[in-house]
Amino acid sequence: MIPVIMGVTIMIFTIMYLIPGDPAKMMLGPDSTPEQVAAKRQELGLNDSYFVRLGNYVGGIVLHFDFGNSWVYHTPVTTELLHRFPRTLTIALICILLQIFIGTPLGIIAAVNHNGLGDRISQFIAIFGVSLPNFWVAIMLVLFFSLELRWLPPYGIGGIKYYILPCIALAFPGIATQARQTRSSMLEVIRSDYITTARAKGMSENRVILRHALPNALLPVVTIIGNGVGVLLAGAVVIESIFSIPGVGSYLVGGINTRDYAVVQSSVIFLAIAFALVMLIVDLVYALIDPRIKARFVGKKKRKNYA
Amino acid sequence: MERSSKRKKQSEYLVVARRLSKNPVAVISFVVTVFLILIAIFAPLIAPFPYDKQDLMHTRAAPSAQHLFGTDELGRDVFSRVIWGSRYSLSIGILAVLFGTVVGMFLGAFAGYFGGVTDDIIMRFIDIIQSIPGILLAITISVVLGPGFFNTILALSIGGIAMGVRLTRAAILNIRNQEYLEAATSINASTSRIITRHVLPNSFSPILVSSTMSIGNVIMAAAMLSFIGLGIQPPTPEWGSMIAGGRSLIRSAPWMVTFPGIFIMLTVLALNLFGDGLRDALDPKLKK
Repeated sequence: MIPVIMGVTIMIFTIMYLIPGDPAKMMLGPDSTPEQVAAKRQELGLNDSYFVRLGNYVGGIVLHFDFGNSWVYHTPVTTELLHRFPRTLTIALICILLQIFIGTPLGIIAAVNHNGLGDRISQFIAIFGVSLPNFWVAIMLVLFFSLELRWLPPYGIGGIKYYILPCIALAFPGIATQARQTRSSMLEVIRSDYITTARAKGMSENRVILRHALPNALLPVVTIIGNGVGVLLAGAVVIESIFSIPGVGSYLVGGINTRDYAVVQSSVIFLAIAFALVMLIVDLVYALIDPRIKARFVGKKKRKNYA
Repeated sequence: MERSSKRKKQSEYLVVARRLSKNPVAVISFVVTVFLILIAIFAPLIAPFPYDKQDLMHTRAAPSAQHLFGTDELGRDVFSRVIWGSRYSLSIGILAVLFGTVVGMFLGAFAGYFGGVTDDIIMRFIDIIQSIPGILLAITISVVLGPGFFNTILALSIGGIAMGVRLTRAAILNIRNQEYLEAATSINASTSRIITRHVLPNSFSPILVSSTMSIGNVIMAAAMLSFIGLGIQPPTPEWGSMIAGGRSLIRSAPWMVTFPGIFIMLTVLALNLFGDGLRDALDPKLKK
């Protein structure tokens, strides 16, 4: 976990270090005097060597969770990020829920009607979902639901209704991926012997699918939820700026537009850390729900008790 | 020897092509893809107007017989711009994936073939790349390199490198202990020859499928980069930057946003469906 964060931080820092031109000069504009530029460079710590700057930056993040200051507004980036992150997280979580509760049933329907009409339809929805550019869907949704029908607000934050359009726009690829994964892993499980056994016992088909097939099929699907969060955090960048939601993503885009590279760098690293944390949680959840992995951590004595 | 092996390879591709041709969805998506590529190649002949020709008397005109997709705020023909835009989107998609895949394949081949420290170094590097969500990495690199055609390609190809490395390495670990590699080693074939002639061709099909699928993703990512102001810059008629340009005028001229988006969707959909069909054709075991 810590090595991954360190690696990501070092890598992003190094990439951003390579930006051509003098950031101090860029910030002050073409009319600045050399003295002003020199003072600014001193202020930003640009005169130190690469390793000193890297050390300060990485040390700040890992030890104090301090991302430094914005170059343009001179405010601490960490405060801003922590203030904005709940909104980004809310969007990502709503999308994950949509993904689970729409994608999974679609996948089950597809697998149960393998090669039938239901399969075709849900497969088509799935491949359609990954082919939609989310920023375009977002604009289309605004055009239709906000400007034409006037049902939902086109931008800003407030109540839950401000989150409806952004989440719909962002959730498509996740729903599609979830449906595809559920389908293929269900198809694999449905052919196993214990499903035949369950059917042979005279169990109802619904019970076979929901009690025996689904739990086993969902295990591999759990891992793709982690990846899905990564896609959502990244997708939030553009969706937030379309809907003017003050989250981490719109902070990042704002940083790009004002050339506030301290903000860009910190936002990317912050989102990557959030992603790494989610992957860690997913791994833990996976271990928790998969009895095969759980068994490895349970001592021999306890295992006897289970028997 | 050389000849017989060549003939065998060709017939293998024929088998795949025959299987593909039996899948109507794959055929349709292939035709659409080829059609889009032809549009891109013959853009100057198809587009009724130059993409930058302004007509300030007819700004924001609704779609009509003369301007099929309407005109934008400077009176430029949206249809012509969409047609020209296919050049940028398609070539960025294809070149970025090609570059990423080729570099990834060689790195993956080295990692998988040599193992040990080489493998460790390359794979730790890939781990770090993959723990940054792809779009964010592309944004970062794009910020550093600045806008432009080749810079955008470079920014978008990094994700492809990671994917290529992983797939190639996995495939090679799979085949590394097979007898024909032992045979090649025993007749004193050089390492580079073994990798390029024996290892890579035999690990190619999963990479081909995922490359096809990722062209679509890269096209979308490229559009997104230009949408947030990186990547290809206006007045170049890239689809993403056209959508960005039309966004503020969406009430009065929705066609400025609608049509580029439809073309992105069509292109990506066709590529994804074709990739799907290709996977089934290359590996019939999957489609029981």
